[in-house]
Amino acid sequence: MTRWKVCVDKNVCISSAMCVAIAPGRFVLDEQQHSGPVEAEIDPDEEVRDAAASCPSEAISLVDADTGEPVDLD
Amino acid sequence: MTIDSRPVKYTPALPGQPAPDIATISGGRPVFRAELPDGRIVWLVTGYENVRHMIIDQRFSRALAVAPGSARQGFEMFAAGSINGMDPPEHTRLRKLVASAFTARRVEALRPRVAAIVDGLIDAMAGRPQPADMVTDFSLPLPAQVICEMLGVPAEDTGQFHAWSDTILADWQRDPDEILTALAGLYGYFVTLIESKRARPADDLISALIAARDDADRLSEHELTVMCCTLLIGGHETTANQINVSLLLLFDHPGEVAKLRADPGLIPGAVEELLRCSRLGGLPPARMTTKAVQIGGAVIPAGEQVMPLLGTANRDPSVFTDPDRLDVTREAASHLTFGAGVHHCLGAQLARVELQEAFRGLIGRLPGLRLAVPASDLEFKPGMAIHSLRELPVRWDEP
Repeated sequence: MTRWKVCVDKNVCISSAMCVAIAPGRFVLDEQQHSGPVEAEIDPDEEVRDAAASCPSEAISLVDADTGEPVDLD
Repeated sequence: MTIDSRPVKYTPALPGQPAPDIATISGGRPVFRAELPDGRIVWLVTGYENVRHMIIDQRFSRALAVAPGSARQGFEMFAAGSINGMDPPEHTRLRKLVASAFTARRVEALRPRVAAIVDGLIDAMAGRPQPADMVTDFSLPLPAQVICEMLGVPAEDTGQFHAWSDTILADWQRDPDEILTALAGLYGYFVTLIESKRARPADDLISALIAARDDADRLSEHELTVMCCTLLIGGHETTANQINVSLLLLFDHPGEVAKLRADPGLIPGAVEELLRCSRLGGLPPARMTTKAVQIGGAVIPAGEQVMPLLGTANRDPSVFTDPDRLDVTREAASHLTFGAGVHHCLGAQLARVELQEAFRGLIGRLPGLRLAVPASDLEFKPGMAIHSLRELPVRWDEP
């Protein structure tokens, strides 16, 4: 079963909170209002894919946990 | 809780004029009360960390600031009911519908089309006698054409909707009835356009929003109409004048232009530096405190209007070394010109691509581009939301 690694670059995050809205329970804002994943490795999830694709600053990266290949965002 | 109750007078400066000396005006306080030229009393927030904190902190509400009854600029009347004037969760529900159309990935796919529009406009300029007027020949038609194509608005209607947006973005010198008439005109335009697209859907953003309404009931008909107005106004007026104010800066810095001519690879970084250094707007969108908030050594009570002075963030010496110097090789992308938080500019990536392609074209193809009149002759339209030039006459060296 494929697993995804979810990563948010806090230097790039502009705190738009789109990910929190699109994939509730998958992302959380820290005290600085920067986003991070609730779980760093997850089963494939369309809402998380949608959140990564919709992030205005492209701060969210999704990679295949086995191969390290980026997950197709379309 | 201490409040210095005497507000100081604050008037934002136009591009080309020296910025107001904030430290003197504020008496060194990073957050202070001020009286604006229209008589409104607001709190002004300065410095990078304070500004960033304020614009991402949900205790500073856009919805309250633009609600009927609060003192508003013309722009704020427009913002009420649009995503620009909403708080989560309403804001989130609507912004989600359009967010994916404006990501860097999606916008990057539009770059060849943007470059082709730039080339076409420069071809037309080069084919006519000099001087040219950048406003009508380039700065306005470029983003107007791009957002019209994205939305599915006929580009030949540009003149009509530009007249409306001029009125809406003007403020205290304007009769409020004129602004309401312009808002009604723009709104009615989209009511008609949405009906015709509903009958004949196309591969464009308006048709996608109509499907989100009709198939999934994710927004009301009114929200759909306001969203179209917002995207159209937000999609061209800002970028057009960012091109203009950036050019004014570049005209004063020929050495920096020479660097960009020699190495066009510097242009994306230069666009960030121009966004950091230039002054596009006079007064930023206001927020209103939902509760008492401690910030920058002050305590702002609940129910107060608060404005972030973005220029003081973008020229904060603790973040940008020698901040008043334009340096196209500087790492400037952390500027706050597009804001931050839930209201971070939806069209930021589109604006970046348009600005990059604009300067690639103008600097690469029109050597010696310069003002054709003394800078003191340039006139800005009344209104403080966006510094909008009436004309920008330019010349360049013929090949």
